[in-house]
Amino acid sequence: MNIFKKITNLARRKSPWILHYDCSSCNGCDIEILACLTPLYDVERFGAVNVGNPLHADVLLVTGSVNLRNADVLKELYRQMPDPKAVVAVGACALSGGVFHDAYNVLGGVDKIIPVDVYVPGCPATPESVLDGVIMALDKFGHGSNQGENA
Amino acid sequence: MTNLLIGLIVLCFTPFLGGLIQGMDRILTARVQRRVGPPLLQPFFDVIKLWAKEPLFTSAMTDFCAWGGLVGSAAALGLFITGQDLLLVFFTQAVGAGLPAVGALASPSPYSQTGGQRELLQLAAYEPVLLLILACVGQASGSFASWAPLALSEPLLPQLPLAFAALLLVTGIKFRKSPFDTAASAHAHQELVRGMYTEYSGRSLALLEVAHWLDTVLLLGICALFWASNLWCMALVVALVWLGEIVLDNASARLTWPWLLAVFWGPGLILTAVNLAWVVW
Repeated sequence: MNIFKKITNLARRKSPWILHYDCSSCNGCDIEILACLTPLYDVERFGAVNVGNPLHADVLLVTGSVNLRNADVLKELYRQMPDPKAVVAVGACALSGGVFHDAYNVLGGVDKIIPVDVYVPGCPATPESVLDGVIMALDKFGHGSNQGENA
Repeated sequence: MTNLLIGLIVLCFTPFLGGLIQGMDRILTARVQRRVGPPLLQPFFDVIKLWAKEPLFTSAMTDFCAWGGLVGSAAALGLFITGQDLLLVFFTQAVGAGLPAVGALASPSPYSQTGGQRELLQLAAYEPVLLLILACVGQASGSFASWAPLALSEPLLPQLPLAFAALLLVTGIKFRKSPFDTAASAHAHQELVRGMYTEYSGRSLALLEVAHWLDTVLLLGICALFWASNLWCMALVVALVWLGEIVLDNASARLTWPWLLAVFWGPGLILTAVNLAWVVW
């Protein structure tokens, strides 16, 4: 691997800009994700920034189960993120639909709609495991894909 | 010719200086908020990562304007470093500052449109004030050459206190700090998300980020002119302005654009006009 490639991969791992999309969760996981930004967890230590724009994002954090109403929105957000990008599914609902899995309009987990790189379990997922999942997703930038890995 | 060479060499180093200033800014901001903050080299990681992202443009104008913004900022800083006319520096930086707004307006996105319009309002607010500040500096030092204040034995600040106060307002806008970050906040915590930068992504966002570093160095350089007779005082003025802006950013809420115009076209213009009249007569 040449030196430019190494520097680029290092920069990608050191600067994950995160886009957070809540499909339809109870907000438990969303609150834990926002807790990562607080002084206690301070996700910016790892260069991560919470952005509100898919065009700027590297990592898509998805919470909640996917349903017929938000599947297209999720697909569109993923499409608008420039490559290279990673997707982290956070919480039981995003993994499999959770307690809503057999509701009439629920399609299931995030991986039914877009490819997921890291699954972070929990109901809700703890801030530590969310951070762990994001850092694990960064391995995709430079060390090949770790599709389907468990945080 | 020697000036040009010195200018080009210094200009090659200023992005590194600007990036380090930005890195220190982020660490200090984090410490003010009782966080650890990112590493010092974080802005460089961000820019390299953005540069290597897949190019996605909604309009060819967006990429052109990002390049134009960087060239404008670099040219203005180059002219400033080589001791050229301050008015030339002013007009060149105005081109660099205006082009990103044009690029934002080239996209149909409502966030980008509003951000671009607010950026034009910011330009309308601070550009007349900055022009009058540079006129004050030129009048007080007897020449419009950017190196003229360096040759003076007395600092300019005692003669230009009101213009310096107005310059603090201008640095607020140029550093994109609260309460003046109406068009595009650095922190993406506002209703416009990243406002003017919404449609800039990847390489074009990296270019604008580097242009922002160069603008920061240029503005701190203009602040340094106010106490150019002593190197230590020069550094102290620059450090105090920079620290003051970070504290103000963390301690103040964002102004709406009518307030922004009122502050600059009211106190901003009056302070500089009074100071200019005082220096001339």
